[in-house]
Amino acid sequence: MIDSTESRLIHWHRTRNLMFVHIGIWLVFSFVVHAFAPGLNKFSFMDFPLGYYMAAQGSLVVFVVQLFVFVKQQEKIDRDCGVAED
Amino acid sequence: MSLFRMTGNFVENLPKIYGLYTGGFLIFVGLMAILEQMGLAADTIGILFVAFTIVIYAAIGWLSRTMQVDAYYVAGRQVPPVFNGMATAADWMSGASFVAMAGGVYLNGHPYLAFVVGWTGGYVLVAVLMAPYLRKFGCYTVPDFIGTRYGGNLARFLAVVVLVVASFTYVTAQINATGTIASRALLIPFEVGVWFGLLGILLCSMLGGMRAVTWTQVAQYIVLIIAYLVPVIWMSNKQGFGVIPHLVYGDAVARITELEQLHQVGVLKPPEAVAGMSALVNKHSTAAEGAMAAWKFIALTACMMLGTASLPHILMRYFTTPSVRDARKSVAWSLLFIFLLYFTAPALATFTKLQVLDPNLATSIIGKAIADVSALEWIQKWSSVGFLAIKDFNSDGILQINEFFMREDIVVLATPEIAGLPYVISGLVAAGGMAAAMSTADGLLLAIANALSHDLYYKMIDPKADTRRRLIVARVLLIVIGAAGAAVASMKLTGILGAVAWAFDFAMSGLFFPLVLGVWWKRANRAGAIAGMGVGLLVGTWYLYMVYAGGMTPWLGIDHLRFGIVGAAASLIAMVAVTLMTPAPDAETQAMVDEIRVPRGNTILGASH
Repeated sequence: MIDSTESRLIHWHRTRNLMFVHIGIWLVFSFVVHAFAPGLNKFSFMDFPLGYYMAAQGSLVVFVVQLFVFVKQQEKIDRDCGVAED
Repeated sequence: MSLFRMTGNFVENLPKIYGLYTGGFLIFVGLMAILEQMGLAADTIGILFVAFTIVIYAAIGWLSRTMQVDAYYVAGRQVPPVFNGMATAADWMSGASFVAMAGGVYLNGHPYLAFVVGWTGGYVLVAVLMAPYLRKFGCYTVPDFIGTRYGGNLARFLAVVVLVVASFTYVTAQINATGTIASRALLIPFEVGVWFGLLGILLCSMLGGMRAVTWTQVAQYIVLIIAYLVPVIWMSNKQGFGVIPHLVYGDAVARITELEQLHQVGVLKPPEAVAGMSALVNKHSTAAEGAMAAWKFIALTACMMLGTASLPHILMRYFTTPSVRDARKSVAWSLLFIFLLYFTAPALATFTKLQVLDPNLATSIIGKAIADVSALEWIQKWSSVGFLAIKDFNSDGILQINEFFMREDIVVLATPEIAGLPYVISGLVAAGGMAAAMSTADGLLLAIANALSHDLYYKMIDPKADTRRRLIVARVLLIVIGAAGAAVASMKLTGILGAVAWAFDFAMSGLFFPLVLGVWWKRANRAGAIAGMGVGLLVGTWYLYMVYAGGMTPWLGIDHLRFGIVGAAASLIAMVAVTLMTPAPDAETQAMVDEIRVPRGNTILGASH
């Protein structure tokens, strides 16, 4: 696809949607799970109380994996719309 | 002459160069271990560790000297993503992260993990909302983006003000930390240690600017991560938890919950306080019930995350990658390298607590006779320097949980000794702490000096200045700001962590929304940005003053550590309201925003500007 106005519009549309998806995941693992920590602590995961685990490790793992996935997804969008760097 | 001049070759050879460097460092550690066995004094080992690493950083700084503007400001934009990730991780992990974070988790339990979550999750915002777009912009500094996107000197000036306020708050704490570590390792007074630390910091940054800081930060990351992981892995292996303790310390967490019952943690409170130290009164893994506790956790996490995404010394690291794609990749690598330390800190806190509390372990002290505990070598050593204290409040001769006081930083610094590891490990930890504090101080000082020299001096005061003059001004400012930071640090005004949290709150109050909306909201205009930065910083500062010194009851539990919530909210409201009341930006600015949203094509600002 050539670098036309239309492909740029599609590119920004997809980029924005991807942003919302990742900000959504970020909201859940930054805030929502920790708001329910006392409840989650009643469950155990790998012998950890789950609420404690999410704050000490779980959310962090999600953020790391999420960013590497995000990089791949955004690169695909850039290539599909013909706006990737050479 | 030197291999640092042959740029192409140098970048290709990076893995080899840093591989050799890491091998050399490990050989040095091994040599120290052998010398210790042969009877070299502990103090000498400490001095050799700190002195040797600082000499290496200074040598890298010297080899990276430059008189080119783009090399000085953005390392010539040739830093590969993985190496920029390491440099960012060193830039990011401060003396507080290294020395005090595990201790914070130890003493405060679950609520403190808000820092751990906040200081990692912020990178999601950096990658998704900011870094690639700022890289496409091609700016040298963060105010450079604000000044060009919104136009006008006032917007640029306000961005410089927010940057200086946030970064200076932070750098003082870092110079303080270098002073503390240098004074202890080199056996010199704290006030001298502060100036010595500053000298080391300036040696790394002055001659080569961003280029020198980049390559020293990579070297510092390698030292600090080895220094953090080795004692934890060694200790966990000794306790039978294996070499990847992170996955299996769930049992230890459960055991601590039992021991908390036994020792009545949270039930026994110290009848009187000891200045600068705390006794353990908080549960380890139990999360407080109720909406207020949840809100306080979330508010602190949010402050640290939005602050991360607004701190100029972090954002400017992503200006140094060769491309937009590399900037994005580099954020992911940064987070991975930071994660290695941050998911280790709670494990370290757990193991150390188990060592101290579990009566089945030979190392435990709680519930033992005070006479025996006071005879332990590490207790004597660290209480003589004011890091821990024992008070027999009920005069029964037994050490209860509320009679043992400690400083946060002792968990990392004394763990090797508590667990009975050889002294060479303590020397390694001192070198790691020094690397963490120095690398962050370097990044912060450079961010401040670059903003003042590029944005204030070159863009606003003397746009005709030639390259030579610009770079001399930049270096003079670096020395002046460093000296000011050291002078403030030697006055010992605040604890390390208070000042660090404030830096995040200042940054998010003034810069978060003007930066994000500058990319994501084309309608955002100059008047709105000026209002956003000005109102955010003023309201945030006012609120901090009122709750910290003015005696005001915090709104909704938003205390002085979380004042960024108030500042950023004011900033958002002011920015949106004023933008909507004033005309949309001109077509040229809107086209510029369209241009930064696509990776392909030239940067908005030229390679040299």
